[in-house]
Amino acid sequence: MSDTLKIINLHVAVDDKPILRGVDLTIRRGEVHALMGPNGSGKSTLGFAIMGHPGYRVTEGRVELNGQDLLAMEPHERARAGLFMAFQRPVAIPGVKLADFLRHAASNIRRPDRKEGEELIPMREFRKELYAKMDQLRMDRDFARRYVNDGFSGGEMKRAEILQMAILRPKFAILDETDSGLDVDAVRLASQSIAEIGGAEMGILIITHHDKLLEHNQPHYTHVMLGGRIVETAGPGMARSGPELAAELHRHGYDRIRAAYPEAAADEQAMQRASGRAEAAAV
Amino acid sequence: MAELLSSDPQHTAGLVSGGFSEAAFEAFLSQRAALLGRQEPAWLQAMRREAWQAFLEMDFPSRQDEEWQRTDIRLLRLERFGFPQPPPSGSQTPPALLAAGVALAGSCVHLNGWPLRWHLEPQWQRQGVLFGPLDQLLLEHEATLRPWFYSRALQARADKFAALHAAGWSAGTVLYVPPGVVVDQPLHTLSALGGGTDLGHQLVVLGEGARATLLAETAATAGDANAPGLHSGAVELLVGPRATLRYVNLQDWGRGVWHFAHHKALVEREGRLQWTIGALGGRLAKVNQHVALVGEGAEAEVNGVMFTEGRQQLAYHTLQHHEKPRCKSDLLYKGALQDRSRLVWRGMIHVDPGAVKTHAYQRNDNLMLSQTARVDSIPGLEILADDVVCTHGATTGNVDESLIFYACSRGLTRREAVRMIVSGFFQQVFDRIPIESVREALGQAIGRRVREYT
Repeated sequence: MSDTLKIINLHVAVDDKPILRGVDLTIRRGEVHALMGPNGSGKSTLGFAIMGHPGYRVTEGRVELNGQDLLAMEPHERARAGLFMAFQRPVAIPGVKLADFLRHAASNIRRPDRKEGEELIPMREFRKELYAKMDQLRMDRDFARRYVNDGFSGGEMKRAEILQMAILRPKFAILDETDSGLDVDAVRLASQSIAEIGGAEMGILIITHHDKLLEHNQPHYTHVMLGGRIVETAGPGMARSGPELAAELHRHGYDRIRAAYPEAAADEQAMQRASGRAEAAAV
Repeated sequence: MAELLSSDPQHTAGLVSGGFSEAAFEAFLSQRAALLGRQEPAWLQAMRREAWQAFLEMDFPSRQDEEWQRTDIRLLRLERFGFPQPPPSGSQTPPALLAAGVALAGSCVHLNGWPLRWHLEPQWQRQGVLFGPLDQLLLEHEATLRPWFYSRALQARADKFAALHAAGWSAGTVLYVPPGVVVDQPLHTLSALGGGTDLGHQLVVLGEGARATLLAETAATAGDANAPGLHSGAVELLVGPRATLRYVNLQDWGRGVWHFAHHKALVEREGRLQWTIGALGGRLAKVNQHVALVGEGAEAEVNGVMFTEGRQQLAYHTLQHHEKPRCKSDLLYKGALQDRSRLVWRGMIHVDPGAVKTHAYQRNDNLMLSQTARVDSIPGLEILADDVVCTHGATTGNVDESLIFYACSRGLTRREAVRMIVSGFFQQVFDRIPIESVREALGQAIGRRVREYT
């Protein structure tokens, strides 16, 4: 049986304001899912809630990884269980070299029962692997010695996130607007990189506004989020394919969606009025 | 006083007891003569007696004194301590952290305020380097060392604790490097205390163009991490013209130790001093670290790594004194606080009239690992010359939750994440320390101390 990430009727609140209002989504390993939708519709909230950010409170529903209750786990346990999130705005950790950070991360994830202070992957062995991945991603090796995301440009940060994913080889990855802030060439490179590092062997949830990131990662499914729930899905056996729906939304925006789902559109309006973009502020 | 006397009957007979009384002082002096095998010279005895009078006359510092406003010594019971006593034979000293894996030019170990063992590699002896216990070498090389000892850097009357030190100093390390001699391996000195008193004195003299590195550390002896102790110490660093001194002072006393010290360096024309302080141990510390740039073109880099936990109270007062033109000083102190500890950094840059073309920087950053810790960070400038560049800055902040979450999302436990963020916080100052064993010792000591951050 292939690995499965299952999100069932997920409700999430931030600062007691409801953001997600019942999300159902099932991702199998090897599938690419695109999650699209207007700003403030709850896409990033879904990512943070699955990863376990303490600011995102699950009020109802379940998230399961191969039947295991993810919501009962701490964030580091979720990571060790095979979950990864590429952040839209990765934070800098001054003074901590990317290579050291990743060596700790990889040691933990490859040996999920590792206790703090136990041996790390040998430096020499890890450096070799890291350099090989950096070369593959056309990243300057100097980044290994630089402090995590400290002074990185937008594009460098996103590349570093993909590098981390490549090293950690998760079962499931959530890419939160990995294309935002990048120019067209950088997006193409990112898209290509995801495919090259073996994206096909993961289950990937790509949160995006555009179809560019999907160029090399054709979505099996495309979902549209509005007002904190998934209102429309395209994919195999459905009226339209994933790429077709993604292309439509990229070109024409969400007016058709809002008209077709007036109840969700009303929730979206209410959320925006009430919170004044609480979601953005909380991140 | 019984607690201070060793349990070894051979060493308790006939020794000093009764704290810092007149009788105890006289007994201490005769005991010294017996141990050294001769009387200390008249000038040194006179110096001790004069300081002893000053100690008796001076009041304890009070919180009305600006200097002592943030250091609370009301719980100090000086009468519970006495002059240092020779340690029981066969005493063990803790491992030397700073010297791990380092080929040393020499080393000198003190226990409970007494020299225990020392050596200096013959090649350096042949070149006229002096290194070992100050009390013995001061007698054997009086002509060379006397001109420097307590002559320019320190004052016995700075405060009551300084006077006590000047009267009763016993242990301590001296390093003298003749002009032009380059000692290319570090020297190391350790002072261990298992309760009781340490009045150690360090004197470092580098002649013109000499170079040396001295790694100095203090520690608690095994099993005595919380024993009550008193250290009243002094450090004199005299860096000659075009000489280069790297001096590391790692303070890691046990948690029952009251630590008082005056540290002063004088850097002559075009001399270079790199001075790193690690402030980790002690129940309470009040340290004055004073760098005086007394010759044109002198330079000093000052690094401080501070970590407090439990109910520790550490206060470090730094002074960068620019006396001559075209000198440069650059101070970076970083501190992290845990539990209910308290940390004080009070820094001053003083630029004398005429010290033009001064470059002076000072910066202090603190990281709070608990809501109940308290830090006071007080930078200051007194600039009496024109045409100078001086900057100062101080920051205090908490560990950022978004950084912790980011690291946890990569599989690090919360505690591992906090440790990594804290070590990253100190990296900027570690980057300035060229000696690997020092970076490692400080990094590991801090890593061991960081607990859960909530």
